[in-house]
Amino acid sequence: MGKPVVCLDQVVIRFAGDSGDGMQLTGDRFTMDTASLGNDLSTLPNYPAEIRAPQGTLPGVSSFQLHFADHLIQTPGDAPDILVAMNPAALKANIRDLPRGATIIVDRDEFTTRNLSKVGYATNPLEDGSLESYKVHAVGLTSLTVAALAQLSLSRKEAERSKNMFALGLLSWMYHRPTEATENFLKAKFGKKPEILQANLLAYKTGWNYGETSEDFAVSYKIAPAKMPAGKYRNISGNVALAYGLIAASQQSGLKLFLGSYPITPASDILHELAKQKKFGVITFQAEDEIAAVGSALGASYGGALGITTTSGPGLALKSEMIGLGVMLELPLIIIDVQRGGPSTGLPTKTEQADLLQAMFGRNGESPVVVLAPSTPSDCFDMAIEAARIATTYRVPVFLLSDGYIANGSEPWKIPDVSTLPDLAVEFAKTQEDFLPYLRDPKTLARPWAIPGTKGIEHRIGGVEKADKTGEISYDPTNHDLMVRARAAKVAGIDIPDLVVDDPSGKAEVLLLGWGSTYGPIAAAVELLRANGEDVAQAHLRYINPFPKNLAEVLQKYPKVIVPEMNLGQLSMLLRAQFLKDVIGYNMVRGLPFTTTEIIEATMEVLND
Amino acid sequence: MTENVLTKKDFTSDQEVKWCPGCGDYSILATMQSFLPELGIPRENIVFISGIGCSSRFPYYLNTFGMHSIHGRAPTIASGLAISRPDLSVFVITGDGDALSIGGNHLIHSLRRNIELKILLFNNRIYGLTKGQYSPTSEQGKITKSSPTGSLDLPFNPISLALGAEASFVARTVDTDRKHLTETLRAASAHKGSAFIEIYQNCPIFNDGAFDLLKDSDTKGAALLQMVHGEPIKSATHGLVHDGASLKLVELATVAESDLVVHDAHNPDPAYAFALSRLSASELDHVPVGIFRDVVRPGYSSLVNNQITEIIAAQGAGDLATLLAGGDTWMVE
Repeated sequence: MGKPVVCLDQVVIRFAGDSGDGMQLTGDRFTMDTASLGNDLSTLPNYPAEIRAPQGTLPGVSSFQLHFADHLIQTPGDAPDILVAMNPAALKANIRDLPRGATIIVDRDEFTTRNLSKVGYATNPLEDGSLESYKVHAVGLTSLTVAALAQLSLSRKEAERSKNMFALGLLSWMYHRPTEATENFLKAKFGKKPEILQANLLAYKTGWNYGETSEDFAVSYKIAPAKMPAGKYRNISGNVALAYGLIAASQQSGLKLFLGSYPITPASDILHELAKQKKFGVITFQAEDEIAAVGSALGASYGGALGITTTSGPGLALKSEMIGLGVMLELPLIIIDVQRGGPSTGLPTKTEQADLLQAMFGRNGESPVVVLAPSTPSDCFDMAIEAARIATTYRVPVFLLSDGYIANGSEPWKIPDVSTLPDLAVEFAKTQEDFLPYLRDPKTLARPWAIPGTKGIEHRIGGVEKADKTGEISYDPTNHDLMVRARAAKVAGIDIPDLVVDDPSGKAEVLLLGWGSTYGPIAAAVELLRANGEDVAQAHLRYINPFPKNLAEVLQKYPKVIVPEMNLGQLSMLLRAQFLKDVIGYNMVRGLPFTTTEIIEATMEVLND
Repeated sequence: MTENVLTKKDFTSDQEVKWCPGCGDYSILATMQSFLPELGIPRENIVFISGIGCSSRFPYYLNTFGMHSIHGRAPTIASGLAISRPDLSVFVITGDGDALSIGGNHLIHSLRRNIELKILLFNNRIYGLTKGQYSPTSEQGKITKSSPTGSLDLPFNPISLALGAEASFVARTVDTDRKHLTETLRAASAHKGSAFIEIYQNCPIFNDGAFDLLKDSDTKGAALLQMVHGEPIKSATHGLVHDGASLKLVELATVAESDLVVHDAHNPDPAYAFALSRLSASELDHVPVGIFRDVVRPGYSSLVNNQITEIIAAQGAGDLATLLAGGDTWMVE
């Protein structure tokens, strides 16, 4: 009321605090309210592996970044325009990412001598002039929250817990976010605890009112809705999209969905989501270990279900032998690897793409599998359906390589019309005389899916090499050679779409070729490069084994091919080996997605070479 | 194909049996082939899943569905199959190395969950397929290729282990006693949840005669303590009496028949079955055979499928369009 309103085309906000401060929840709520306004958006949660690291320390800092705009965007943004820091640790951990001129909102109450020294601040940055090049709002988030809740019979500690809602209220005022959805969310979440509900609602409202009345905040901002294709939208993360895609595949195929899984970060949310969906007949089996998880999925597939296992890198290492059995048995199996930093335990909550070669080759013997990689959170839905189509059509293990970035990141998703989803009907082997369990379909090279309970086709299969057609044990040298080549030919011949190249001029000399989750930063970089008059082409691999049939031709067309990957060059290695193309790798393993700037700089280097 | 009554021949596959001459597996196979028709279950609804080892060749020789999987992991595959296909009868065939060494974790968790599997552990106390190393049930001090100066490992007691894993059906029998083996299979098949059967099995090549004490006519009478529900537990020479909270072996001549422990396989207290399992270890002078424990506990796949049925009954079957459009949504015109 009365305060000026400034219109912006995009904003990047980062909420940062102690891992117990509720920053992920705050970010999630701001995201939902932003989505409902029709802005395009992209999010990047970033949290420590420790559930509660010591309070107020650098390792305990958790953050949530949100980029929203009045136009289509591809990434959560390189650098925040505004940082909300709930304590000195959050400020210190994030300040280096802030461009000069950025806005910082801090909880002044947390900048005590003790908290400052905990993170190595000799002097108070709010007072020593070190933040001069930023717009700093030092707000007593804790004391204002506690004062606002004084009327309730809460302890100080309980009252303090609502300070994240104060911050959310303040930011919601600043950016004109609607409040109704968050209020409803709080009512649903704390409906059974009226005191806590009241505290959260009150803190939220007080934060909003503080923005409106305090002289500290002179302007608020509006971001118009983005122009997006018409339709109904929701916000979705990669893990939820994967779970939904699997359910859709189960519905479209008429196959029972069986998930065998062992909890592991950052894949567990797929298990959590599917465990909620029993009304779809979904069975989730939390197995005793990673091996049992994939073993049970393979057993379910043998029985005619859609067998799926979800994991991350270390878990995948344990599953190798069972996946090899899946290759030998030629049964459908979906293996979802939500990649994280490795090797070993590595960086459990950070993103990386370094399991590509493990997926391709991490088994004994010649053991070909299909490898797919979704490119964005919402693409996880489509690729889950693709994984099911390929696994059930070709009776082969299919890997889906997601990663921490798109698994936890979210974006608006135009909800698909279910009548447009592909028909995934499968055909099981029927009762017949002289059944041959390893007789291949001439077109797909798949063997019959012959499930127990079918009269007259009783047969025995196993991990020992199979004789062609009969499937009996065979140690014959010629047969082994034949079968090894048949399994490889089956995977090589899988029907997948050609690689689409985005090259508006048709004359670009440099191609940016990515795979999986790097799509966002690469696409954003390409957009900016072209806006600056640079001619670059872009293509993105969602199918890695087999590669699209036109890939050789695409690689040949461009003199320079840059391959950005969050690993030390695994796709580059495959491309060089298979196509003898000396691609230019751009590689980083910092546990974070590429920034747009990084990709632009790497591309400029090649363009200027 | 249209005959309803099946015979042993119907369950015999066309594969040539390739165990060593004199192997105890032959006897178990023949007993199983003779027993299966009695179940009255169509062949196509029976599945045998094995791991790796000599015993794990078993599924090839039965004309049912079968899978010869990988080392130690048969219970995992069988679990996925049994949970998703409760209409099937699923058997797991395993050995002492397969079940108790490389696959120990899966065995205990299958039993704990009470998944509807019949698990047959062929215990020959040796690694046969890898040509004679000591196994997790080999006696301490055993001289083998990998223990030329004697094995140092304390062996597992498979029955104690199964009971510790909360198994609801636990039994022991001997490969060559076809009558006793058949009775045990019959009881296991009638049991609703997991059934665990340890079968002492002779390896004529690497551990020949390991169970002779239980087979020779002049020793077996005294060595085998017969456990029959509702009857006193005794061998030809000894009987079992209560000793405080525990059990004690005494010579039959020293007690009245009425003082002997009357076997109760349905005793809800697992401590009773556990005490029975401790009566013998590596030495085989007094070995309880029969059913240690047979108690009723809901099977896992029935619990899993009941949850689904109840939720669908209460909420209706899931609708994909509703799921996808759940949560906060907005329209773009």
